[in-house]
Amino acid sequence: MSVIQAFKMAIKSILSNKLRSLLTMLGIIIGVTAVISLVALGQGATKSVTEQVRSLGTNLLTVNILGRGSANTMDAGEAAELGEEVEGIQYVAPANTQNATVKFGSSSESVSIVGTNADYAHVREYEVASGRFVAQIDLDVYQKVAVLGYTTATDLFGFADPVGEYVLIQGTRYKVVGVLAEKGSSMTGSNDEVVIIPETSFERLFKTKGVRTIYVQVETTEQMDAVVAGLEKSLSNRFRGNTSSYRVFNQSDALSALTSVSDTLTLALAGIAGISLLVGGIGIMNIMLVSVTERTREIGIRKAIGAKKRDILIQFLIEAIVLSGLGGLLGIGIGVGAAQGASSAFNMDIAFSANVILIAFAFSVGIGVAFGMFPANKAAKLKPIYALRFE
Amino acid sequence: MASKQRASSEALIRIRNLNKIYRMGGETLNALDNVSLTVNEGDFVAIVGPSGSGKSTLMNVIGCLDTPSSGEYWLDGEEISRLRENKLAEIRNRKIGFIFQGFNLLTKLTAIENVELPLVYRGVPAKQRRQQAVEALGKVGLADRVHHRPVELSGGQQQRVAIARALAGNPPILLADEPTGALDTKTGVEVMGFIRELNSLGHTIVLITHDPGISRQARRIVRIQDGRLNEEGAEPE
Repeated sequence: MSVIQAFKMAIKSILSNKLRSLLTMLGIIIGVTAVISLVALGQGATKSVTEQVRSLGTNLLTVNILGRGSANTMDAGEAAELGEEVEGIQYVAPANTQNATVKFGSSSESVSIVGTNADYAHVREYEVASGRFVAQIDLDVYQKVAVLGYTTATDLFGFADPVGEYVLIQGTRYKVVGVLAEKGSSMTGSNDEVVIIPETSFERLFKTKGVRTIYVQVETTEQMDAVVAGLEKSLSNRFRGNTSSYRVFNQSDALSALTSVSDTLTLALAGIAGISLLVGGIGIMNIMLVSVTERTREIGIRKAIGAKKRDILIQFLIEAIVLSGLGGLLGIGIGVGAAQGASSAFNMDIAFSANVILIAFAFSVGIGVAFGMFPANKAAKLKPIYALRFE
Repeated sequence: MASKQRASSEALIRIRNLNKIYRMGGETLNALDNVSLTVNEGDFVAIVGPSGSGKSTLMNVIGCLDTPSSGEYWLDGEEISRLRENKLAEIRNRKIGFIFQGFNLLTKLTAIENVELPLVYRGVPAKQRRQQAVEALGKVGLADRVHHRPVELSGGQQQRVAIARALAGNPPILLADEPTGALDTKTGVEVMGFIRELNSLGHTIVLITHDPGISRQARRIVRIQDGRLNEEGAEPE
């Protein structure tokens, strides 16, 4: 008997008992649905966390100055010198941030004002949409120039071109020299609601001294650890061995920590879903065993007219596989739907991977084989005379 | 003389000193006790006996559903008393057409699918299978009931489907176990008439029954009692 013939028989048998088949498949359907949708949500979370951390910039180190006694900042010039002292640094951007009101005409916005140097654009991966970015010369001569973030520019100026116009920051006139391209938001808030001014002007405007944050971009990922060590060494010299007055924060460490958290979460979800798949498999075995007993006479008739052990085994095995495979397919459909429903209802990120879908399907078919084998074997081993006598 | 000699050497069924012993608890039961039987091609043999006489056991052995404890069983030139289960399944498929008391049709399949079943297990391609099945159903006069399920057919029609199933594979022997047992008298007579007709067309038939009225329609009657065989009323010729 050919396998195609066996498939036809299995489908006929499943269709002749629709309700029972559906109930049998339910375990597998729920299991696969759970695997697909939970893993999609888990991977979606991982993806969005990764993207948010990435959007801060690649190969980025952040140095926070906590200070010692009254000296709780670091001179901006000194900070920029770190770039020369430590090998492997591409850009250094000392930065100060403060919230302030920006006014143009009658409209005003409360945004973060960032005082920094020219490297800031490279480090934070800002693109200039029009005009120019802050330059070193602006710092040297305390220029009162400002670069507006995308949202700030549209909020204040609408569709008009802000370059060349003057805005009031804390009541001081600043000339707009550039507008940044749209960047989107990250964990730290919107990246487009900013105004960037030269660091020296910032100190003067807010009457502060020094910077508390230094952004460092490393040339290559491999140099990260060496640069961290180098930075710590020279900072240690500067703060006379007081290691608690500064902190070097490695972005990729944070990324891998966050990723490992969400990976563990995904794995746990998949594990729980996997258990429900297993339970579904036991359900299939249970019904197949009942079915074998119920159909003892059928097996007897089939054997009497020439079915071999193998034929009966294949018939029941394929029936179990078709049941579980069909359940798997339905589960995939429902799982994809459920994940999409959840993502639109709760505004969650989802990510489907073909691998997970294939594995879930293969697993459900595998469960059909594993849990169908025992009942199928039981059916195949029935002696025709006993099976024929069975009422 | 010579012709008789040849006939016996080419006998379809040749059983020699066959025993079937069941052990139940401490007792042994000789269900078949040194049975010998020869059935030639074209024969119509009735095996008669009361219940418990061993006739079901004999029919199971002849039908290759069970194996004897000892003795020889030659079927169509092959010694099969020592064959394995799979080989027996193949022999059942090719050599024997079963007609059961309770029809034993698969209720979920249509008439034609039931008739096709032995051919499915023989590995006959679908097209040829269908053709052979339609032909067999035509022979039993059910050409217009091809796609009916057993529940939609009367008892007599169901038994005719079962006969068609037995005929479909064109086996050398038809083995009928109380073929009229589940039918009313009138349909029983019809079915028996049909079986006789098949015999006159050249099919070899072995009929098992407890009803003397049925067995009288056979050309040869073999009586079984307590596992022993007794031939009576040899072919009238």
